[in-house]
Amino acid sequence: MRPVATTRSASGMTTGRLAVWWVIVSEIVIFGGVLGSYIMHRLANEGWANVGFAGSTNAWIGLTNTFVLLTSSLFAVLAHYAAEHEQDGKKAANYLYLTFGGGATFLCIKAFEWTTEINHGLTITANNFWSFYYVAAGIHASHVIAGMIIMLFVAHTAKQGKELHRVELIGVYWHFVDLVWIFLFPLLYIAK
Amino acid sequence: MATAEVTHDSHDDHGHHEDEGFIKKYLWSTDHKMIAMQYLVTGIAMAIIGGFFAYVFRMQLAFPGVEVPLFGIVSPAQYNSLVTNHGTIMIFWVAMPVLIAAFGNFLIPLMIGCDDMVFPKINRLSYQIFLLSAIVLVGSFFVEGGGFGGAWTAYPPLSAVSEYNLTPMGATLWVVAVALEFIAFLLGGINFITTAMNSRAPGMRLYDIPMTVWMIVVASILFMASVGPLIAGAIMLIFDQTLNTGFFDPNKGGDPVLWQHLFWFFGHPEVYVVLLPALGFTADIITTFSRKPLFAYRTVLYTVFGTGILSFTVWAHHQFISGIDPRMAHIFTITTLLISVPIAEMMFVYIATLYKGSITLTTPMLWGLAFIGEFLIGGVTGIFLGASGPDIFFHDTYFVLAHFHYTFFPIAIIGSFAGLTYWWPKMTGKMMNETLGKIHFWGTIISFNVIFLPLFVLGQLGQHRRIYSYEGFGELMREDVLLGMGMQDLRVLATVALLIMIGFQVVFFLNVFLTLRKKAYDAGPNPYNANTLEWLAPSPPGHGNFAELPTVYRGAYEFSHPDRELDYWPQWEKD
Repeated sequence: MRPVATTRSASGMTTGRLAVWWVIVSEIVIFGGVLGSYIMHRLANEGWANVGFAGSTNAWIGLTNTFVLLTSSLFAVLAHYAAEHEQDGKKAANYLYLTFGGGATFLCIKAFEWTTEINHGLTITANNFWSFYYVAAGIHASHVIAGMIIMLFVAHTAKQGKELHRVELIGVYWHFVDLVWIFLFPLLYIAK
Repeated sequence: MATAEVTHDSHDDHGHHEDEGFIKKYLWSTDHKMIAMQYLVTGIAMAIIGGFFAYVFRMQLAFPGVEVPLFGIVSPAQYNSLVTNHGTIMIFWVAMPVLIAAFGNFLIPLMIGCDDMVFPKINRLSYQIFLLSAIVLVGSFFVEGGGFGGAWTAYPPLSAVSEYNLTPMGATLWVVAVALEFIAFLLGGINFITTAMNSRAPGMRLYDIPMTVWMIVVASILFMASVGPLIAGAIMLIFDQTLNTGFFDPNKGGDPVLWQHLFWFFGHPEVYVVLLPALGFTADIITTFSRKPLFAYRTVLYTVFGTGILSFTVWAHHQFISGIDPRMAHIFTITTLLISVPIAEMMFVYIATLYKGSITLTTPMLWGLAFIGEFLIGGVTGIFLGASGPDIFFHDTYFVLAHFHYTFFPIAIIGSFAGLTYWWPKMTGKMMNETLGKIHFWGTIISFNVIFLPLFVLGQLGQHRRIYSYEGFGELMREDVLLGMGMQDLRVLATVALLIMIGFQVVFFLNVFLTLRKKAYDAGPNPYNANTLEWLAPSPPGHGNFAELPTVYRGAYEFSHPDRELDYWPQWEKD
């Protein structure tokens, strides 16, 4: 049973939507801390563009993953459309499963990429560029995993036609995770 | 979530049936009042641990090498661990859970007139993560090597390299505990902000919200906006400790000052995170007991926003001797001195609220007034430290230590007692004994000043912090430095005053036990004739808080209104 508090919206925004935006505010600051630290180090170390540092990252894999995540975000939008405009929980759930699949593909590619790099001696302790590389991308990947788990719950209830507003909320979060990658990709892969 | 609850219940069926009620009511509750009590009790338990640590290291400082009763001989490593964890506990496991989480949970739904937090289950999860963090921290005292001893600020390389700190497990558990605690408060903070934004009673406009709620919400936003970089920093520090990465290690191309930036970018706003709730309590207390409206409500509010924004621009005043650029030091000196302006303004606003009021000096009022007076000393001594010139001399001396205890003690202890004694009738349904309350108050306040005033003097004489024993430093053992007392005499004085202060806390618990079950101390719903919505609910409020959810017709501080015979005008009364 929900308390009356949850159903009120004095701000004019539903409680769930308001909370998700505050979650995103707190996440922005966390990623801001990592990326800010990275950028400061990057500016202080010109050598980080060379081979053995950022020069050894594989921009093609990064680009593929960018494409995969953006596509999964498209499915999140379609899920939201199905839930909100067509009130079709089943269709929304199916799109969410596709989004989930996008996340899974992203993680598989990431696993392949990291394995290759680690096998070439580019581990987290190789140098500070790689430390930042694994930490920044690792925190991002943990957000991808968290989003995928929550997505399964949302899809499960949406399939029964319940709690359809949650489809939008997980979509907002997923877009945010996507957006973080849009920052990570140029910073870690393209700037050489 | 619902399925998790069902399995939990059926699991309990195997055990005792009475226990099921106990667990559901006290441990697995989603009721905001019960979660507030959980935070309060955990916070008090941690305060006892943190206070015990202070007792042990103060005894070592006053009587070096002597066996401390209940502890034994203090080794240098233990000393470091004690001071580190005293600071950590008092800020993260006492001030935060009591001022923000306990009072925020208890008061926000009651003061804005709704039945619970907007996300009761997230609220419960927040407490459970917090409890886990407390267990991890307490557990870290018992692992091999003992608890972390690299100071509560955890500067690398001392905190990062186990060959230096000699506590490989304690150091990592310390960081993990702090990071978990942050996550707990992020979840709690989102709940507070969303509840206050969305679930206000019909008719309650933004300017009708009681100051306590505003302050806790602004504090939660400040926390949320400042803690992120330190969460990132904590992950980096854990990797430096366990995987030998070099984020903060200059040998590997890292930078130890980066940690200081990440820490203090959070650490300084954190001061305001805990300060604001205490200022909020004080606003509610002094208006009620001087029967006057809060002077310049809107100005206070804008001042709080201004303080919050400014608090993000002052952090590097902690780093004046860390090798930062002197030009940057000038900028941070200016911003730091600027931030004393809004705080000073608040002090004047509170004094203006008291001016010509009909003041009754009840116990909560005394605590509220003491908060204003004692915090002022902390604020004024901060000006010496915010200016980079004098700070180079004062840095890391007992002057700094005395200064921030004059800010944090008023916030965490005086502020908590102000809130606790003021809302105690609402929490428990019972008044407290005024005589015992005043004995406790004066005993605590006088001994507090006797502890820390001598430490200002010791700091000016150059006594450095975080030293196990001063016996080897002749210039820090000088005779006749203040009123005929030598430096060691002042240390003994501070320790004796601490013992007296700890002794006086017994009076508070005595007060609780003597009044809690007595019929004569029954408090009605509104024992102080106050205006805010929590005084409409029964004391203690039952499930759902209000018999009927209230509607709000006016601001929170309509005392002594000229058009009205009664000297108060509750928010819920139509006319």
